Amino acid sequence: MVLLTLLAVITIGVVRLRNLFAVVILGGAYSFLMASVMIVLDAVDVAMTEASVGAGISTVLMLGTLYLTKTEEVRPVHTPVLPLFVAIITGAVLVYGTLDLPPFGIADAPIHAHVAPYYFQNSIPETGVPNVVTSVLASYRGYDTLGETSVIFCAGIAVLMLLKGRRARKGAGKPGKGGKA
Amino acid sequence: MFAAATVAILAVLALATIRTLKGPTVFDRVLGANSIGTGAILLLATVGFLTGRPEFLDIGITYALLNLIGTLAVLKFFRYGDLSHAGEEPKD
Repeated sequence: MVLLTLLAVITIGVVRLRNLFAVVILGGAYSFLMASVMIVLDAVDVAMTEASVGAGISTVLMLGTLYLTKTEEVRPVHTPVLPLFVAIITGAVLVYGTLDLPPFGIADAPIHAHVAPYYFQNSIPETGVPNVVTSVLASYRGYDTLGETSVIFCAGIAVLMLLKGRRARKGAGKPGKGGKA
Repeated sequence: MFAAATVAILAVLALATIRTLKGPTVFDRVLGANSIGTGAILLLATVGFLTGRPEFLDIGITYALLNLIGTLAVLKFFRYGDLSHAGEEPKD
């Protein structure tokens, strides 16, 4: 509860601040607090992803973006009433959707009754993998995982090509100052 | 005892958040965010012991590395205005 209050406080700070450099730092702090919330909810793997992606990678990416733009946000030209209205409606619909969910951590929730018992009973004789999660990811959903991996591989190659092309152009012609438009 | 430590760490997180939000200079914010990261690591450790799973400690080490990377990136950006700088002193 304390952590959620802190999260709300940081979010309001991010919305109100105009210095984007401070906003990036606050984003990193937000990610670590969010990871703490995940830990308290006993989802350590999700918390690990949140900390590495949110606090590690996206801080660096945001700083790289700040290098190309200005660090002060300009005042918005239109009033924020309509976006606020849409956001409140969306949030209300999402909260309404959670009303039908089973209580947190209950054993006979539908997600535990569908295919999970089958995996628990048959994963070792059918796949021979001692870890059930690994057997689901790599054997039962093997094609799915293969597709995800190839998508990530292609994205990585594309990013590498983009970075390399930019660096070659910078080295060949007049360097200027990056892409400072 | 772990419960008391958890409460204390939550208080530390609140104070660090206040400093990160109010901090007049960038360094206050960087230090506040770094303290929040450290508090998250400690919270991970105490919650791990509270729930009887002390192997959470290994994950705390990863958090510490990530925290260091984030802080170093922010400080390097502040010093040189660029992340791809080699690290020498600026000439001008």
